[in-house]
Amino acid sequence: MSALKIKKGSSQHSAYNLRPTFSDTVESHTLAVIVDNEPGGLARGIGLFSGRGYNIDSLTVAEVDHQGHQSRITIVTRGTPQVIEQIKAQLGRIVVVHDVHDLTVEGSSVERELALLKVEGTGDKRVEALRLADIFRTNVVDSTLDSFVFEITGTPDKVDAFADLMRPLGLTEIARTGVAALVRGT
Amino acid sequence: MTRQMTGAKMVVQALKDQGVDVVFGYPGGAVLPIYDEVFQQNDIRHILVRHEQGAVHAAEGYARSTGKPGVVLVTSGPGATNAVQGLTDALMDSIPIVVLTGQVPTFMIGTDAFQEADTVGITRPCTKHNWLVNDTEKLSDVMHQAFHVATSGRPGPVLVDIPKDVQFASAEYTPPAKATVSHYQPQVKGDMDTITELVEAIENAERPIFYTGGGVINSGPAASQLLRELVSATGFPITSTLMGLGAYPASGESWMGMLGMHGLYEANLAMHDCDLMVNIGARFDDRITGRLDAFSPGSKKAHIDIDPSSINKVIKTDIPIIGDIAHVLEDVLKVWKARGRKTNKAAVAKWWEQIEEWKTVKCLAFTQEGKTIKPQYALERLEALTKGHDRYICTEVGQHQMWAAQYMGFEDPNRWMTSGGLGTMGYGFPASIGVQVAHPDALVINVAGEASWLMNMQEMGTAVQFRLPVKQFILNNERLGMVRQWQELLHGERYSHSWSEALPDFVKLAEAFGCKGIMVQDPADLDDAIMEMINYDGPVIFDCLVTKHENCFPMIPSGQPHNKMLLGEDASTKDAIGASGAVLV
Repeated sequence: MSALKIKKGSSQHSAYNLRPTFSDTVESHTLAVIVDNEPGGLARGIGLFSGRGYNIDSLTVAEVDHQGHQSRITIVTRGTPQVIEQIKAQLGRIVVVHDVHDLTVEGSSVERELALLKVEGTGDKRVEALRLADIFRTNVVDSTLDSFVFEITGTPDKVDAFADLMRPLGLTEIARTGVAALVRGT
Repeated sequence: MTRQMTGAKMVVQALKDQGVDVVFGYPGGAVLPIYDEVFQQNDIRHILVRHEQGAVHAAEGYARSTGKPGVVLVTSGPGATNAVQGLTDALMDSIPIVVLTGQVPTFMIGTDAFQEADTVGITRPCTKHNWLVNDTEKLSDVMHQAFHVATSGRPGPVLVDIPKDVQFASAEYTPPAKATVSHYQPQVKGDMDTITELVEAIENAERPIFYTGGGVINSGPAASQLLRELVSATGFPITSTLMGLGAYPASGESWMGMLGMHGLYEANLAMHDCDLMVNIGARFDDRITGRLDAFSPGSKKAHIDIDPSSINKVIKTDIPIIGDIAHVLEDVLKVWKARGRKTNKAAVAKWWEQIEEWKTVKCLAFTQEGKTIKPQYALERLEALTKGHDRYICTEVGQHQMWAAQYMGFEDPNRWMTSGGLGTMGYGFPASIGVQVAHPDALVINVAGEASWLMNMQEMGTAVQFRLPVKQFILNNERLGMVRQWQELLHGERYSHSWSEALPDFVKLAEAFGCKGIMVQDPADLDDAIMEMINYDGPVIFDCLVTKHENCFPMIPSGQPHNKMLLGEDASTKDAIGASGAVLV
């Protein structure tokens, strides 16, 4: 099991060599962790973050291989390059973890998040909310005479932008799934 | 051929099939079916400890002195929580142990049942891996997996939590050969390009040093053998962490002694001034590095470790090699020989001259005078009088531990059992029991402080019951010596709660347990007393009264680099630790 699975060419040294210097720059990385879907599997990964003082910006998890009982945990985390490498190595040595992919390093990836937003209002505000929702290509999944529930899919930035627009128009509740991500191409 | 059997029988059968000959344990309600099976067989010996913490430390001592995994059997709830101390200790020091805990029956889990605890939840951060087995069908597979995980890659403690109904129910037993093959197969071979890079660095180094750790011991006897070959072939100096003592013999030509906070002057200065540092199975622990930004500033650093997370964790590595020490050293030697066995002999000879000059400081020198025994003297005599014996040394944690590492010499791996990473006071006594169980005819000595020793003194009952002739060599200064030393250096000599009040009479205590007690306070009587201890056929509590305010030197004050050592009596220790160092431990 290679815990430091970095694509060839993404590091100037050997496959084992990590970043050339210890930089202070804080980077955001999206990690995909393939783990046996067993009780405590998620807790092992997440316990590592709290136990060692790492950040989690977003977390999604679901079983993706029902026959093999494997789940994919997608974690968006922040840290200096050294901390990011350490997080990957620490995740990689968990016994039930099969693979750790750093989507930020392995090439460009697509990231999507789904959010449900409840916007309450009447009159002009209600019309404006619906107009903006259309621009953002959201779906209206529930409607009453004085509320909408919009379903939006996109990058976290897009969801943030839409939520910011909805706030003055009567945003009362928001539910977000967190990021799911895949590397582009083959 | 598969067989139907109960879960409890399966546990015992799996232990037999895994080659287990000893289990350290303590019974209780939730493990009664397993204990019933233990009762009905003679292949596995059960050592009844007096506290579950003692069971785990004993298993650690067994594991470290044999290279085989240690096995523990305890009950649910308090049995499991008492084992947490030992699990954490084993995790920090990478000791392979398998802890089996009973659990309330599956249908009662989550109901706050009697002696129920969320054992897998509590022990998740202090085990390498753990399992709650909810079905007897899976039990034998999990048992075999547990041994595989504990002993593969970087070794560590694992725990199998077995509900009582799973122990009673029957299923088919799977022998190890038919068990599911784990996907957990850590890489043991190092990358050949990087190994060649290391060999090039070895060929060109002017001021090289080997810095070795517990990983060499964990890798097995072959690793120590290959290390010795590499050191003698290159002629490079070698130092070791506390955990790695014995991998290279203390009598070896290139041996520089232990490094680190209480390491030898020459070893630390060589680490600071070297141009090539080859870390073999150590992990740049803070006891070793001191101030990180001033750690060995001019050196190229190679790091061989089986655990990828050890690489670049605190110190940036130039030549990282992930693999098992024995496998990697074999390849290093192969490549180095094939390329013509080159080293920069002239430069290395000059480097040795420098090291010899540092050695003249004689950083471990002390003067034994007056009517009180100095702890250093006690250990020097213990070393001299036990040297020829088939000897295993355990320690507790504190000043005595550092003195033992400084004044005793270890010629072979697996002969030195100490709690390095976690620093568990109370480790040494039960560990010595585990060592003695594994090596019944050897001389097993636990070098202790009186305060540490009291933390698990109940195990005296175990030693006496199983006729384990462990020698408890207590350096009694009636102080928590290391705490006192730090209070002297850091807290204005305000000795807050760092003395041992109301100590027992250790000789009477020994007699109360039915073993031998020896008290000595005059340096003139020391040798005879030690000989009496060695020659007594049974456990001994040796109460050695020593100077009360002795400090452990040399010392790198926290927050300081390697070349800022305190050397002892002559050195000014006032304000040795600055404000930034004071927050460190």
